[in-house]
Amino acid sequence: MLSPQQATERVAASVGARYRRERRFQMYGKLAIGSALVFLVLFMANILQKGIPGFFQHYVTLEVDLDRELLDPMGDASVDSLFAGNPRRVMQLAIYEATGAESRADQRAAFKLVSTGATNRLRDMILEDPSILGTRMSIQFAVDDDADSYLRGFITKATEERRRRVKDNQMDMIDRLQAEGRIEYKLSDYIFTGSDSRNPELAGIKGAVIGSLLTLAVCLSLAFPIGVAAAVYLEEFAPKNRITDVIEVNINNLAAVPSVVYGILGAAVFINVFGFQRSWPIVGGFVLALMTLPTIIISSRAALKAVPPSIRDAALGMGASRVQVVTHHVLPLALPGMLTGTIIGMAQALGETAPLLMIGMVAFVVDAPSGIFSPSTALPVQIYMWADSAERMFVAKTSAAIIALLSFLVVMNAAAVVLRKKFERRW
Amino acid sequence: MEATMENTRTTGTADVAWDHDDFQTVGTPGHDDPRMTAGNVDVFYGEKQAIMNVSIDIGANEVVSFIGPSGCGKSTFLRCLNRMNDTIDICRVGGSIMLDGQDIYDPSIDVVPLRARVGMVFQKPNPFPKSIYDNVAYGPRIHGLVDSKAELDEVVEQSLTRAGLWDEAKDRLDQPGTGLSGGQQQRLCIARAIAVSPEVILMDEPCSALDPIATARIEELIHDLSSQFTIVIVTHSMQQAARVSDRTAYFHLGRLVEVGPTKQIFTSPQHSLTQDYITGRFG
Amino acid sequence: MPTNLVLLVLLALAVTYFVLGRRAILSQGQRASGIRSMHSLPHYYGVWAGVAALLPALVLMVLWIGLEDSILRALVASYFPAERPENFIEDVFFTQIKNVAQGNVVGTPPEWVMQAAGAWAGFERSSQNLMSAAVLGTCAVLGFFAYKQVGLEFRARNAVENVIMAVLVACSIVAILTTVGIVFSVLFESIKFFGMVSPMEFFFGLDWIPKANFGENADSGESAYGAIPLFAGTALISAIALIVAVPTGLFSAIFLSEYAGPRLRAIVKPLMEILAGIPTVVYGFFAALTVAPLFKDLFASVGMSASSESALAAGVVMGVMIIPFVSSLSDDVINAVPQSLRDAAYGLGSTKSEAIRQVILPAALPGIVGAILLAVSRAVGETMIVVMAAGLAANLTANPLEAVTTVTSQIVTILKGDQSFNSPMTLSAFALALTLITVTLALNVLAIRIVKKYREQYD
Ligand SMILES: Nc1ncnc2c1ncn2[C@@H]1O[C@H](COP(=O)(O)OP(=O)(O)OP(=O)(O)O)[C@@H](O)[C@H]1O
Ligand SMILES: [Mg+2]
Repeated sequence: MLSPQQATERVAASVGARYRRERRFQMYGKLAIGSALVFLVLFMANILQKGIPGFFQHYVTLEVDLDRELLDPMGDASVDSLFAGNPRRVMQLAIYEATGAESRADQRAAFKLVSTGATNRLRDMILEDPSILGTRMSIQFAVDDDADSYLRGFITKATEERRRRVKDNQMDMIDRLQAEGRIEYKLSDYIFTGSDSRNPELAGIKGAVIGSLLTLAVCLSLAFPIGVAAAVYLEEFAPKNRITDVIEVNINNLAAVPSVVYGILGAAVFINVFGFQRSWPIVGGFVLALMTLPTIIISSRAALKAVPPSIRDAALGMGASRVQVVTHHVLPLALPGMLTGTIIGMAQALGETAPLLMIGMVAFVVDAPSGIFSPSTALPVQIYMWADSAERMFVAKTSAAIIALLSFLVVMNAAAVVLRKKFERRW
Repeated sequence: MEATMENTRTTGTADVAWDHDDFQTVGTPGHDDPRMTAGNVDVFYGEKQAIMNVSIDIGANEVVSFIGPSGCGKSTFLRCLNRMNDTIDICRVGGSIMLDGQDIYDPSIDVVPLRARVGMVFQKPNPFPKSIYDNVAYGPRIHGLVDSKAELDEVVEQSLTRAGLWDEAKDRLDQPGTGLSGGQQQRLCIARAIAVSPEVILMDEPCSALDPIATARIEELIHDLSSQFTIVIVTHSMQQAARVSDRTAYFHLGRLVEVGPTKQIFTSPQHSLTQDYITGRFG
Repeated sequence: MPTNLVLLVLLALAVTYFVLGRRAILSQGQRASGIRSMHSLPHYYGVWAGVAALLPALVLMVLWIGLEDSILRALVASYFPAERPENFIEDVFFTQIKNVAQGNVVGTPPEWVMQAAGAWAGFERSSQNLMSAAVLGTCAVLGFFAYKQVGLEFRARNAVENVIMAVLVACSIVAILTTVGIVFSVLFESIKFFGMVSPMEFFFGLDWIPKANFGENADSGESAYGAIPLFAGTALISAIALIVAVPTGLFSAIFLSEYAGPRLRAIVKPLMEILAGIPTVVYGFFAALTVAPLFKDLFASVGMSASSESALAAGVVMGVMIIPFVSSLSDDVINAVPQSLRDAAYGLGSTKSEAIRQVILPAALPGIVGAILLAVSRAVGETMIVVMAAGLAANLTANPLEAVTTVTSQIVTILKGDQSFNSPMTLSAFALALTLITVTLALNVLAIRIVKKYREQYD
């Protein structure tokens, strides 16, 4: 064996190499964290960069002759009359005038520059205020998504004409309109007020957001009470026996079941047995409630565990029954923790997509759902559907929808953090 | 621990004039042939001072024991001697501690070779969850003390022999060290510490988790090792201190109250606190 | 009576019984020696009467509404023509019958559908009436009995607490019911599937060519249900994800728990958690639209061709998603390694990395293995990323640059649209789901076992 002196020399000789290894090891750690964070930054930047333009679109201002004959053929400005009218013709006249299109081909090309939603918009304006009939007004209309793509520079003249969706004559018209100052790039009306649409320039997230909120409301009103009740039972009352063990193991395992399986369960039970219709928010809510239940039960139990036994003993000592102890003393103390867990569960549910696909919330729904018993989509599902669309503008709208979804999640998580901070208690 | 300390302060020792910085350790803190020299050491845990102005020499090849009531700072001071306190974020050390004339808290000093020279054995046996062989071989391996498997085998055998574990362990070297009995585990930890050929071995209550028979074996072992190593041992057992150590140091509330040859401390203590302690009035 | 009205009346009755019960006990109490003569506080008597009126009736109502559809279907099934065409799908006609019954006649349905719809509407009306009568009757009768029980000797608090307990137990059982529901919703269909396609073919067949056999989009040609390409695709993508997630997650956990100061930890940990909070569709979108094209260009620039839907893109992005999962689990595991082992290592003069690599990690290994198994289970069950970025081509390949498909993405693709039950294609999704559940559950149980054992070792 070495003497201490020899050992000291040997150790000194080895130290340099060891510290190099140490630094390398530490580097790996920094690299790991760094790459995760770099990914996060790139990811966020990418989504923002793609998504922010999704909130904007191009509008063209047209002088419109609100011709009485055409728009109100019965002359009484009644709804029937207005619906019998021909706002399309009015629109055509306005766009021909603005672009100066004379040949049939040019006129057809010119009309395609304005979104097909423009005629509806015109009719809605008149329905709202029939007194504008017969006047000449300048009105802003969304441009068609192809024209929009040209204006954003995604389509250029460099491409061979027959291979692009905006032809030379249309490009000239757009250039002219732009030179006259008729084109404006501004915050889109449709992204917040529209629902799904085949025309990307008219598509919006309102329907999907409402669908998500309805679904989430159902989910919350089921999962929270049931989850808390189950947690209270298991933590405060359940005798320690085989059955409660089975329930416990069961809950842990349910937390690991892939979400898509819950969708299958939902389709089998709520649609086939209970006869609910596909695409209903109530079915989505049920499915998500079952899915988030384990999360809520587990976090609620943790919150109950954190309440010190001394409080229970004190109340029991004063002659309260076990139920009273729980309802009067333990629950109020554990509630903030339970709420935090619930919010996190709801955030999970809000972002969940796969189970909703299984129960048909992928339907193409043009109107915002009117209740939990009307067909609907949800925000993440809308993202999934738009992500599949070929139109360039849908990429931006998808990213915009993602920004909206992430904003909801940020708010929910921030609420959870605030709640936790505010009620954090050390016993 | 905190509670104990508060208690002590309010019951027995309120009259002691601690707060003056001119408190002087009684007895003979110095040594003719010092291996380690601590001068005016202060240790703080955050705001709280755990060691106040302690100076003591540890002589070459002697066994020094630290005694004192719980929470008085024995472990804290011991851990300063090989800078184990560096692993505690809030711990700060002032004063100087020299090993062979070199300040171990000097910025140029590296803790890795330092700890190879000043080894440590802990209160609870803490073998690695590895084989007995790998436990002992750990130090020589990381420090590059051996060039071949044969050398390593030899170091392992010698260390285990010196720790008095070879006969019990030689047939089960490849079995996990955690499978040994408590006393055997503690001897394994001692073997692991001496396998790197340190100059000083620090032991923090090495027998407190052991039964009397295992304790006796360790004490014997300390006695044998003292011919080659300098040993500092913290103990709560005054009999143990009396049996194994050459000198004894009595700590109280972060102060080093009295140091002296063991026999003298136990037969004729000079400071009243030491006397109170060894006659069992508190602690 | 419409359902909403029934509900309102029910609530009103329950409140009435609550008030009656309370009033009864108060008047009885006044005749005796006031509140002290009662066994429980007055409101317990009211609650007892109210709950007795409300709960059973409510349960009856929910059950009725839930099962109504199935019963009506059984009743109306007698109107179905005796000779059914080849591609007769009951569900389609039930939907049509229901629509007609509600007055939405689209096109010209066959005569028998019109008759069935008439019958349906009739049944529905009488069911509604019966339900109203049954529910309100139950409410009135049970409420009355409970009200009659009210008396000074009656232990109302205990009775109410027993009800509360029963409700709590019922809520805990939801978890079990969910499991039972999951098992049954895949088991029967899977058994049906294995009646059509042998398990041998399913588990060991090398070709996956599902074919729809109904409606206007019936495919022609031979179908095949060998799931090996799906299993291989799942394994490939999970492996890529783990190659990304395990080292990154593990090293992050090591750095955060052993090297980083509390300030850095307080910043970095929540940032990493953000990765776990991003919805999987968003990852899928990112994988499909950004990462996959990036890889394609990248590999093209070195002369390799990557498909635009590649296993690599899906796997890498999935890996990033799992990083925080691995890192927080490993963090727990590493922190559970007792301080005494660290002390021992540092006391012998180890550098930090030596202590970590040679002492802490080996000691934490079982726990880390458990964490990795949980991560595998996550990766195997992940759906949206693979649906959006991995493609649908059932290629049997180990080349990560090609498109592959996975178990979950096939389940989604098959079950997402309208489907006919009883076609092997639809049923195959259930067999896949059964396999998926079995595998993820086994992984999970194993992982929890290992981690538990590991924790006990240091307790
Ligand atoms: N890691 C730490 N952080 C903060 N304070 C500490 C820490 N370790 C010890 N202390 C405090 O420092 C003082 C001295 O503790 P130390 O462990 O050195 O006492 P001791 O003499 O070894 O006691 P015992 O005989 O019980 O082991 C005590 O008051 C203790 O509370
Ligand atoms: Mg100590």
